[in-house]
Amino acid sequence: MSSALLDVASVSKSFGGVEANRDISLSVPEGKIIGLIGPNGSGKTTLFNSIVGYHPVDSGSIRFNDKEITQLLVPDIARLGMLRTFQQTRIYGRMSCIQNLQISMPLAKHNLKSVFRPVQRDDMEQIEEMLAFVGLHAKRHLLAGDLSFGQQKLLEFAMALIAEPKLLLLDEPTAGINPTLINGLIDRLKVANKELGITLFIIEHNMRVIMNIADHIYCLAHGKLLAQGTPEQIQNDQTVIDAYLGAH
Amino acid sequence: MKPYHYVLLFLLCVIAPFILPDYRTQLALLWVMIVLALSWDILGGQMGYNSFGNIIFFGVGMYACAVFQRDSGLSYYPALLIGMGLGGLFAMLTAALLGNALLGMRGHYFAIGTLGLGVAAGELAGGWDYIGAGSGMTTPLFPGELANRDVFFYFLFFAWALVGFLGLRWLYRGRFGLAINAIRDDEDKAESMGIHTTRYKVTAWIFSALFLGVIGGGAGNLIGFIDPKDVAFSGPTFGVWMILMAITGGKGRLWGPVVGAVVFHFTQELFWTLLLGWQRVALGLLIILIVLFFPEGILGWIAQRFPQRAAAKAQLDDKSKQAS
Amino acid sequence: MFDNFMILFDAPVFSVDLLINGMLIGAIFMLAAYGMALVWGVMDVINVAQGEYVMVGGYVTLVVVKLGLNPLLGIPIAALVLYLLGWLMYRTVVYRVVDKDVFTSLLATFGIAILLAQLTNQIFGADVRSIDTELGTWFFLDDMVTVAVIKVIAFALALFLGVVLWLFLKKSRTGQAIRATAQNARAARILGIDTHRIYAITYSLSAALCGAAGSLVVMAWSIHPYIGLPFTVRSFMVVIVAGLGNLPGVVLAGLGLGAAENFAGFILGTEFQIAFVFILMIVVLVWRNRSLRRKRKYLK
Repeated sequence: MSSALLDVASVSKSFGGVEANRDISLSVPEGKIIGLIGPNGSGKTTLFNSIVGYHPVDSGSIRFNDKEITQLLVPDIARLGMLRTFQQTRIYGRMSCIQNLQISMPLAKHNLKSVFRPVQRDDMEQIEEMLAFVGLHAKRHLLAGDLSFGQQKLLEFAMALIAEPKLLLLDEPTAGINPTLINGLIDRLKVANKELGITLFIIEHNMRVIMNIADHIYCLAHGKLLAQGTPEQIQNDQTVIDAYLGAH
Repeated sequence: MKPYHYVLLFLLCVIAPFILPDYRTQLALLWVMIVLALSWDILGGQMGYNSFGNIIFFGVGMYACAVFQRDSGLSYYPALLIGMGLGGLFAMLTAALLGNALLGMRGHYFAIGTLGLGVAAGELAGGWDYIGAGSGMTTPLFPGELANRDVFFYFLFFAWALVGFLGLRWLYRGRFGLAINAIRDDEDKAESMGIHTTRYKVTAWIFSALFLGVIGGGAGNLIGFIDPKDVAFSGPTFGVWMILMAITGGKGRLWGPVVGAVVFHFTQELFWTLLLGWQRVALGLLIILIVLFFPEGILGWIAQRFPQRAAAKAQLDDKSKQAS
Repeated sequence: MFDNFMILFDAPVFSVDLLINGMLIGAIFMLAAYGMALVWGVMDVINVAQGEYVMVGGYVTLVVVKLGLNPLLGIPIAALVLYLLGWLMYRTVVYRVVDKDVFTSLLATFGIAILLAQLTNQIFGADVRSIDTELGTWFFLDDMVTVAVIKVIAFALALFLGVVLWLFLKKSRTGQAIRATAQNARAARILGIDTHRIYAITYSLSAALCGAAGSLVVMAWSIHPYIGLPFTVRSFMVVIVAGLGNLPGVVLAGLGLGAAENFAGFILGTEFQIAFVFILMIVVLVWRNRSLRRKRKYLK
C-alpha cells in the first residue's frame, strides 16, 4: 500500500479570531483527480495556501511525496514538484505567451550554467504544441497582459503543465470561462491527468465539471471537513446539499 | 534597424572624436553615461528593482583602480587596464556580498536598503586614510599629449560600452533575461513556479556591478581626481543621472538607456550653463515629471505610437530567441 | 575606536550620558517614523521624502526666528507649513501614484526628496545651522552627564505629539475614517468615506509631524540640507522593527535606535555615524527577513 502523493494531516489555520481551517485531514493519491468543494468561505483557498507554503499553518502536518513540507517555503515546495494556479490568474503580463511558457519550463539541473541557458529549438516545438493544446497558438506572440481573462487562465494552465509538476493544485480553473469553452477545459484536464500523468487537486464551484472528472471529492464547510467520497456519494450526501443550500 | 544601420552607427561612433575634436572629453563621458544607464536598467528596467545605490559600484571601481595604479609599480597602460579589471572585480564582490543580504526580499525593501549605500560608502571612504580619506586620490598623469589622451579614453570607453551592450543583448536573450522579466512582472508567481529568484536577482546585480566597476576605474582617470563624496560616490550627480537616463530613454528595453543617455548627456551640457546650481533642483523635478507623465520613456512612447512595428518586433524577438 | 569603547567600561557614567541623550533624539525618530508608518499603512506609499520634510521643518523654524519670533513658536508654524506642503505634494504628485506599483511611488517620492534637498541647498546654503534657545543645561552624576534642557523639552513634546496623534486616530471621526481606509480602502469608499481626501489628510498629517520634529531638531541639535536621507532611513528602520500599527513598538524602537546611534557615534567616531545608520538598516532588514522566513512568513 503506497502512501498518497499528498498527505494533509489535522491541519488548522486561523486568521486572528477566524478559524479558516479546522483539523483538516485528506490525501491525494498519485495519478488521480481529487476535488475540493464547499460553499464560499469554507476555507478551500486557505487550505491550498497552507499546502503550497504561502503562509504558516497553526498545527498539523503536510507531506508531499513522502517528504515533510509543513515548514518549507513556496519556491522550495514548487521545486519539489507541486505547483498551483491562482484564483485571480497570475501570468507575466509584459512577456509574450511564448516567453511565459519558456520561463516555466523545468530545468534539468539548477546550476550556474542554467542561468544563462539560451533557448533550444526542441523547447520551441514543445511550447508551440502546448499553446496549441490550450488553444492559444494564434496568440502566441501577444503579450500575456493583453489577453482576455479566460485566455490568461488558459495560459496559466499551460504554464503549469509545461513545468511538468507531479501535483497540480488548481484554484477554480473554470471560473470566468465562457460556458461553451468549459467542455474543452474538462477534456484538457483529463488529458493532463491521463497522458501527462499529472495528479490534479482541484477547487471547483462548477458541480457539473467536478462531478465529471473527479475520482474522489472532499467537501469543506465552515472550515471543517464535512464529507468525502466518490462523486455519486457526494451528490447524494444530505449534509453537503444542506451546506450549499444553507449558505444561500 | 537593418544590419547596415548598425554598421553606419558603428562607423559614426568611430570617427566622432575626429570630426568633433573640441568635444572629445564630453564624447568620452557619453560612453560612461551609456554604461551607467545600461547597468542601472538591468535592475531597474528589466527586473523592476529600483536601486538607489548602484553608485557604490562606480565608486568602488574608481578607488580600486586608482589604488592599483598607485601601488602596483606598473607603467601607465597595464596599470590602468588591470586596475579597471580589478575595479570590476571588487565591485562584483561588493554586489555578491550585499546582494545576498538585500535581495532575499521584495523590491521595495531592496530599494530602501540601497538608499543609503552611496552616502555610507562616501562616509567610510572619507575616513579611510589608505585611500586618501577626505582629500581623495589623484590618478596618474596620462603619458602623452592631451589630445591623444581624450581620444584614448574615448575609444577605451566606447569599447567597454560596446562590450556591455552586446553582453547584455546576449544575456537578455537567454533564460536569464526571461527570469528577470518574470521577476519584474510577478515575483510571487515566479517564486511559486520554482524559479530561483534570489539567485537571478543577485546575478543581475553582480552584472550591474561589473559594468559600473570597470567604467568607474576608467572614469576616475578621465576626471583626474577622486573625491569620496563628490566624485566616486556622488549620489546627486551620477547616482541620480543613471536612474533618470534609463527611465527617460525607456526602461526595460535594451536601447532605452542608450537613447536616454544620449539625450540626457547632450541636453545636460545646455542646461548646465543655463541653470548652474539649479540643475540639481531641476533633476528632482525631472524625475517626478518623467515618473508621473512619461514613465515608459522615449522608446516606450514610440512603441505605443506605432503598435504594429512593436508587434512585428516582438515576433522577431521570439524568433531570434529560438535561434540556437 | 577601541579606546573609545574601553572608556565606556572604565567610566560607565559615559554610557548613561550616551543612553539618555540618545533616547532624547530617539523620540524625534519615533515621531517621523510614526508619520511614515501612517502613510505606509493607509496608502501603501513609502515616502522617501519623509526625512526631507523634517529638514524643511527645521528651516521653516530658522526663518521664524529670523523674523524675530520666539523659536518655540516655530513648532506649530513648521507643522502648519509642512501640512500645507504635504497637501500640495499630495495633490500634485502623490495622488497620481497611490494606485500604481510601489516602485513608481518610491521613485516619485525620491524625486520630491531630491527636489526639496537641493532647493533648500540653493536657498539656504549647505552650512550646518542650529538655534540657540539659551535654555541651559542640566548636570547629573558629578557633572559627568550633561543634558541640554531643550533636548528634554523636545523629547517631551515629541512624545506628546505622538500621543495626540494616537488619540486623534482613535477618537475623532476623521481618525476613524483614516483607520478604516487603512484596513480596507474599497470598503471605506463604499461606506461613503472620501478616500481621496483621507489620503490627502494622512499625507499632510505625516508631513506636519515631520515639520514639528524638524523644528525640535534645529533647536536641540542641528540641521543642514542633507539630513533628510538619514532621517528617512531611520524612520524606515523603526517601522520595520516595530511593524505597522504598533505604536508602543515605534516608541521603543525609536528610542532604542537613538541610543544605539549615539553609542556608535561615540565608539566609531561621529564621521561614521551616518554610515552606521545605513549599515544598521541593512542588518535590520536582513535580520527581520530571516526571522520571518523561518516561520514561513514573508516580509511584505
